[in-house]
Amino acid sequence: MDGYDKLVPTPTAETQPYWDGLRDGRLRLQRCADCGKVRHYPRPVCDSCWSMNVEWMDAAGHGTVHSWTVTHYAFHPGFKGELPYILLTVDLPEGVRMNARARGIDASALRIGLPVKIAFDRVKDDLTLPVFEAT
Amino acid sequence: MSMYEAGAITGVGETKYLRGTDRSALSFQLEASLNAIRDAGLMPSDIDGLIPYGHGAVAEDFITNFGIKDLRFSATTPMGGASAVAAIQCALAVIQAGICKHVLISLGRTGYSGGRIGTRVQQMPQFKVIGEFEMPLGAIAPAQLYAPMARRHMELYGTTSRQLAEIAVTTRYHASLQSNATMKNPITIEDHQSSRMISDPLRLLDCSLESDGGAAVVISAPDRARDLAKRPIMVMGVAEGHPDSPSAITQRPDLTTLGLAKAAPKAFAMAGLTPADIDVAEVYDCFTYIVMCQLEDLGFCKKGEGGGFVQDGALGLNGRLPVNTHGGLLSQAHMAGMNHIVELARQLRGEAEAQVPDAEIGLVTGYGDMGDGALAIMRRG
Repeated sequence: MDGYDKLVPTPTAETQPYWDGLRDGRLRLQRCADCGKVRHYPRPVCDSCWSMNVEWMDAAGHGTVHSWTVTHYAFHPGFKGELPYILLTVDLPEGVRMNARARGIDASALRIGLPVKIAFDRVKDDLTLPVFEAT
Repeated sequence: MSMYEAGAITGVGETKYLRGTDRSALSFQLEASLNAIRDAGLMPSDIDGLIPYGHGAVAEDFITNFGIKDLRFSATTPMGGASAVAAIQCALAVIQAGICKHVLISLGRTGYSGGRIGTRVQQMPQFKVIGEFEMPLGAIAPAQLYAPMARRHMELYGTTSRQLAEIAVTTRYHASLQSNATMKNPITIEDHQSSRMISDPLRLLDCSLESDGGAAVVISAPDRARDLAKRPIMVMGVAEGHPDSPSAITQRPDLTTLGLAKAAPKAFAMAGLTPADIDVAEVYDCFTYIVMCQLEDLGFCKKGEGGGFVQDGALGLNGRLPVNTHGGLLSQAHMAGMNHIVELARQLRGEAEAQVPDAEIGLVTGYGDMGDGALAIMRRG
């Protein structure tokens, strides 16, 4: 036991490069190796050309707020000590969105289009989660 | 080939709805089913098709308990809260194909006394993607996953929490008129505004209940329906719809549109009707916002105008569109929308406890699994 009491991901062969990237301080996204369409979350087939050939790219690491929620209730006991916390839905310039906690952003500052940048929160030895900070 | 009036609701049944029980979900599901079958004037052994809600009783349970000798069809429609209404489409298809005469759609659950919603969601296979990418961040329960949809609607269209409160207040008033509702004390908009925040902008009184109980309906072939105990309720139009990026709301092209938007035009076209023809609507209400969004996606108003549409008691019994006349998931009980189908049939029979005068045509929707939708449009037969 490492004392970490929150939900943890169970990566698959298809998603492991994403988590490995976070561990290394990189936000990596899947891109279709045939038509070039970027997709997220990682999956086996391109929904545009149905190719199963995939490559990984480094994302620019910034984006803008698409929507958000401020959670005041812990639906899992591991989050009780962190309430309230902000969950952001962020548009990335690569054309996909991602969800991550906000760090150091005041809820009153939130608006659609707010620029944010990625940061990396190493929550335990083998798990790094993405977070967004103000630019 | 249209499924217009390919089937009719001939029986409806419920158990007492509870918050606290030591009974099993199976016993609730079988009791509600027996009530629906008796309501139709059928024998349990007459059932030849089964579409139980997922994660509950299976065909074997019904065959064993009801002594069914010739079950011809069994399936589930795994769409969460849209499953019950989607099952109506499935029932009509197998009736029209000549496979079945009497299809039982049923649900039993111990949502209050058994596992809580956050735990249940994590165990569902269709959510493995958000289980890996969102739940570890703390986005776990539907309230948290749906809140960004509501927030975006508010930011784009000026929708307010007080407008969502109107839905909670009206629905609670309808529950206060029911003998079988679990939350009957009327509330005000101020009560809603002072209820604790769960996941902004959703407050406690924006959220549905967790309940114990069961509900069921029987769908019969039209030629059989006419000879049964109650006036048949004809299904005029039915459809299901799945949103783009069905599991991960985060990736959905338009956060403010649900799968129902794809289904509604199909069902209205099948019925040969428009929203203006609807006398009463039972709209899936896991959260107040989801009701408002569905009213837009159904075409009762334009996208973005839902907040204004629900204001000033518009959804009340004497309003422009009576909605959730039984008290819904918000105040009667969370029966995953099976209770909405039961209530619509009672309204159109004229036997509801909070009856809309002269209700002849109505609709019922289901919503679930992060965005799947279904609707059925019915008339008094």
